[in-house]
Formats: sequence, C-alpha cells, structure tokens
Amino acid sequence: MGKLRGNLLPPALAIVFSALLCGLALVLSGANPLKAFGAMVNQVGEGSTAVDIINSTGIYYIAALAVAIGFQMNLFNIGVEGQYRIAAVVAAIFGGSVALPPGIHSLAIIIVAAVAGAAWAAIPAILKVTRGVNEVISTIMMNGIALGVAAYLIRRDVFGELRGNNIRTPEIAESGWVPGIPLGDNGTLFGLVFLAIALGVGYWVMMNRTRFGFELRASGESATAAAAGGVNAKKMILVSMLLSGAIAGLVSMPEILGRDHTYNLNFPGGIGFSGIAIALLGRNHPAGIAFGALLWAFLDKSGLALDNVGVPREIVTIMQGTIVLSVVVAYEVVRRFELASEQRRVGRELASAGGAA
Amino acid sequence: MSVMTKPAAATPKRGRKLPGWAIGMLGVAGAIALLSTTSYLTNFPQLTSSGTTQTAVRLALPILLAGLGGLWAERAGVVNIGLEGMMIMGTWGAAWAGYQWGPWAALVSAMVFGALGGLLHAIATVTFGVNHIVSGVAINLLGAGVTKYLSTLLFFPVSHNPRESPPVPKFDTYSAAGLTDWLATLENEQRVVLSDVAGILRGLLTGVSPLTMIAILLVPASYLVLWKTRFGLRLRSCGENPWAAESLGVNVYVHKYIAVIASGALAGIGGAALVLNPGQPGYLEGQTGGRGFIGLAAMIFGNWRPGGLLGGAALFGYADGLQLRSGGETVLALLYGAVILLGVLVILQLVRRKWFAAAFGIAAAVVLYFLYYSLDEIPSELTSYAPHMVTLVVLAVASQRLRMPAADGVVYRRG
Repeated sequence: MGKLRGNLLPPALAIVFSALLCGLALVLSGANPLKAFGAMVNQVGEGSTAVDIINSTGIYYIAALAVAIGFQMNLFNIGVEGQYRIAAVVAAIFGGSVALPPGIHSLAIIIVAAVAGAAWAAIPAILKVTRGVNEVISTIMMNGIALGVAAYLIRRDVFGELRGNNIRTPEIAESGWVPGIPLGDNGTLFGLVFLAIALGVGYWVMMNRTRFGFELRASGESATAAAAGGVNAKKMILVSMLLSGAIAGLVSMPEILGRDHTYNLNFPGGIGFSGIAIALLGRNHPAGIAFGALLWAFLDKSGLALDNVGVPREIVTIMQGTIVLSVVVAYEVVRRFELASEQRRVGRELASAGGAA
Repeated sequence: MSVMTKPAAATPKRGRKLPGWAIGMLGVAGAIALLSTTSYLTNFPQLTSSGTTQTAVRLALPILLAGLGGLWAERAGVVNIGLEGMMIMGTWGAAWAGYQWGPWAALVSAMVFGALGGLLHAIATVTFGVNHIVSGVAINLLGAGVTKYLSTLLFFPVSHNPRESPPVPKFDTYSAAGLTDWLATLENEQRVVLSDVAGILRGLLTGVSPLTMIAILLVPASYLVLWKTRFGLRLRSCGENPWAAESLGVNVYVHKYIAVIASGALAGIGGAALVLNPGQPGYLEGQTGGRGFIGLAAMIFGNWRPGGLLGGAALFGYADGLQLRSGGETVLALLYGAVILLGVLVILQLVRRKWFAAAFGIAAAVVLYFLYYSLDEIPSELTSYAPHMVTLVVLAVASQRLRMPAADGVVYRRG
C-alpha cells in the first residue's frame, strides 16, 4: 500500500500541478483552458491521430528504455539523442546501398542501427572506464558531434541525394521495409511498434530475472556494496552503456523502415531528451515508462489541435517540461515525507517499548 | 584586451612558480607567435586579419558568458546543464525588451529572464534536492517551450513570424579611430609578426560595443569576487565541502541560491549577446544552437578557472569566426598550427624525459599533419563542432590534471 502510494502519487501530483500551471498560463494569455483541453481530447478521435499516438508511443518507449538502463545504475546517458541520430543515418545509408532478400534486409538494417548506436555510446563509455571522464559531459559533446557527422554524411558529395527541397540518403529498397498494419482512414500502425513491446518485455526480464540485471540494480543502489559483492564496476559501466546505446540506435527504426525509408533533413530531433523525461516519469519501470510514453505522445499529437482553437501549441512543450521538473520534485517530497513518518513511527514504538520495560 | 589569444593559458599549470597573469601573458605571446608562424607558413593572412578577429570576438562573447555562468554555479557545487535553456530565455527576454525600449533594456531583461531560469534550477536542486542533471535537462526543455509559446503569443502579431522577433536595435559601437587607422596601414604592409599583431589588435579595437566591454570585464570581476572576497571564499567552500562550510557557519543554501541565480543571469546576458550581435536581426528560434553547452565545454577546457575559461571561449569563438569569414580551407591551416604546437610540446616532453607522452604527441601530430596534407578543406558541417571534439580530447588527455570542485553535483541536505 505504502509502496504503491509512493510510486503513483508523485506522477499524479505532477501531472495535476502542470495542468493547473498551464491552465493558469492559458488564462493569463486570454484563452479558455477547458476549451483547449477539450479540443485535445476530441483530437484523439480525429483522422489518424489515435494511430499516430500509438506509433509515437512506441518510439518514445524505445528511447526511454535506453535511458532507463543507464539510470538503473546511476549512469546518465544524455547521449541517446546523438546515438539514435547516428544510428539512423548509418542504418539508412547501409540499407539504401545493399541489396538483400526481404526479411534479412530489414533485420540487417536493424542490427546495423543497434551496432552504430552502441559504437557511438562506446566512446563515452571507454572514456569513463579508462580515463574517468564524466559521462554527462562526454555524451553532451557526442550529441553535438553527431549532429555534425550526420549533416556531413548526407552531403550530396558524400552519401546524400537531392530530392526537391530536401537532402536525403538513397531510398531503402522495398525488401528492407517493415510493413505496417493498415487501418484504413485511421492511418497505418508501424510494424516495429511490436519491437518496442518486445524490448519492454526483454527489459523487464533482464532487470528482474537475470544475474546481469541484478548486478546492474545493485550497482545503482550502492556501488561500494556491489563492488564488495564481486561486481566488476567497469565491466558494468561498459556493458550497460553499450546496451543503452544499442537500444537507442533502434529509436528511429519504426519510422525509417515503416514510413520514410530514408534519412532526410526533416529527421525529428529531441526524442532522446524526451526519453530522459519519460524514464524519470516512469521511474525506470517498464509499465511506468509505457504510461509516460503514452502521455508524451498524446500531448504531442493532440497538441496539434490547439492551433484550431487559437492557442499556441507550444503550451504542450511547457507542460512536458513542467511535468518532468515537478515529478522529480514530487518524488523527493514524498520520499522525505515517508522518511519522516517512518522516523516518527519508530520513535513512537521505541517510546512505548521503553515505557513498558 | 587579449580576447582571442589565450588558449595556452589553461595548459601550463605545472610549475606554480609564475603568477597567473604572467602565465596568461606568456600564453598570449605564444598564441600570437603560433598564429603568425602558421599564417606565414601556410600563406593564409586571414588567420590573423582584423576581420577574423572581430568576428571571433562576437562569436566568443556568448560562449564566454555561458561559461562564466557555468563557473559560478559549479564553483558553488551545482552542475548547470540548464545553461542552454537559460540562454534561450535570455535571447527571448533581450528581444522582447529590446525591440520596444532599446539595447540597455534588452540587456537587463535578458539578465532577469536568465536569472528566472537560474532561480528555478536553484529551487529544484537546492531546496528540493533534485538531481542536478535532471533539473538541467528539464530546464532546457522548459526554456525552449516557454520561449516558443511566448514568441507565438507576443512576437507573431508584430513580426508575422512565430519564430522571429521584430528587429532589435543594437548598441552603438566604438572604435579607437586614430589608433585603428595606424594599425590598418601596419596590417596591410604584410610584415611578419608585426602585421599579425596589428591585425589582431585592430580587430579587437574596432566596433567594440558596451556589451563586449561588460562581458570582458565580467571575467576579472568574477575572478575578484570568487577568489578575493570573503563572500567568494564562502561560495567556493560550498562547492568543495558544504558540510564543513555549514559547520563553520556558512549558510550553504543561500550561497548556492545566489550562485545559481547569478549563473542564470550570466547565461541570460550570453543570450543577449546573440540577439544584440550586429549581424543578427533579433531573436530567432534555435538561435543559441547549443552554445550553452559549448560554454560548459569552455569552462571545462579552462579547468573551472576564469582565465582558462576566457582562453577556451576565445579558442572556440576563433575557430567559429575563421570558418564564417574565410571558409573551410583556412580552418585547415589551424590543423597545421596544431601540428606546430604539438611539436613544441613534444620537445618539452622529451626534455622532461616523458617518453610515453612524447610518443603520443608525435603520433597525434603525424595524424593531424596527414589530415592537413590529404584534405582540401574541413567540411563546414564539422567545424562548428570543433569545440565538442577539442573538449573530448582535453577530457581524454588531461582528465587527471583537471580539477573540478570536490562536491560538484553532490546533492546537499542541511543535516
């Protein structure tokens, strides 16, 4: 009971608080928050929004899992942002330049993406293990470099080609596509959304049912205790960072193999940072993350309706930012509150025990 | 006034026999010597031209200010990844006040907006003990969101573009007229060293805005406040050992709050420096382009010290300015300069009998020279990220020599 309250109360508080804050912002800017919220909810039933939300949830879910693996052992992989971008470019170039039978082609692209993501994460991991470089700083720098490398790789004299106003990598042949589930007017569900679900199950099994998962969580709870228990800290850092990078590499796969079939200038950025927020919201738990990803996707896609009622849709970004900040504050406040009540309880019991003696 | 030529100041921290200013002067002299040798050998006078220097100064200012912001926060033990978000708030604040009431209002408003971001970071990290990185990431998200929302709300009706502000009036700029004319003639004579020095000086003395002067004065000011006053000592003690500081009667929370708010204000001024740059019309969405992070990089490059930070900002701004003024092939000449620098370092290491370091230096020099020899130009897509690569290299090579505040990033709770 207490545990459930400790886990569910803070996110609920945070969402209510941010909704109130954004409502206040809307009132101050002369809009009607109820009408805006109504428009967002109605939007879910419109056209392909519902399917878009599911697709987007899958993508956010993968990104958040990548972050969560690092978080489990207090490792901040801020670099998911760069890892998924590099993986997307490399995989798109690879997929567009080889000819393989159907099935094997898409599998090869997915593997290349995972390897590229892991390779990009390997640099900060190796720097941390061998030189003690803080992973936050190095992954931030790697994010910047990833932007540059991606821009360079799609130059027309390197791998890119010009299509209309857009520069893109060569299109992946149809043998490499992963077909979606067409739902008529409601859009098409990405086939690789199921990859997200599989990853979530795999993540849960790894964390709770394998030795590696146990050692990972132990390192996060107390690095010194884990080391005393025979856990090789350096190996854990290296493996978890590579795993995190490999999963990050898969983030863009649903879109690239399911819809775009190429990496182009309109490639969506910022998913890695959203992943950080979602992992925090979901407390690294696979179900919690799923809920967070769904919330994020709902805010993103339904927010498009806000323009129709005269509200700038950027209010949604503010809401997301407020949710992250308030959820971590709420977790901390609830934790302190429970600590204090625990102390009072123990104090009472000791006093009554002392009185009896 | 040696904004662009102090990169070497960060490195020689070894002997401790020389006072800081002397090391700085030596660094400046060394950097000028290096640049003029390179420009002579590669035949690229643009390396030390006044135009390049002037652009470099303008591009270095936001990085410098963001870096100073990072310095204040981290010296008090609060890691500030949110600099980028605070800087974005600063750009918006500067544009909003600037297009209505002029550049001085822009400056003040940018400070206030940045400081608001800092206040938020302080509330989250100091009062609520939230992880510093998490709070920083959230502030970056929030900064981008809030400014986009406010731009659509307030700029769109005036500028008819939700991503852009109306044009913002700039500061008047000043030049030391008589002096710069004389320097111009000297620069055009193309004499070795002399013309290079003249070019750099002329770039530094031409088109100086009050903002430039304020930004550069903030470096010694930060040094004096943080290292030479009682308040600064207390502030830094919060970053080294907050428990000891508290036991000696320092109010750690208050000092951290002040430091983080100041940090936000400085990042905000950095944003103003972008908006008030004569080359820019005003606020543009995505204008900061990760400069908050580069500021952080400059601070790390400078080993959490103001002088080194100035050197880092100058180096990064210079690489950027060179790229902007004269394109990728000139930046390639910098590789040549790096080879010369490495050569000097290798000789030093050989004299000190550090064989491993010398071998490493030689290998690096060979690789760089090969790059210089085989490439025609450095792709412009990559040059913008040179600061990131330099930071990674510095971290990888010198991480043992860097010394960050001991309790940096540690969540402190009053006992």
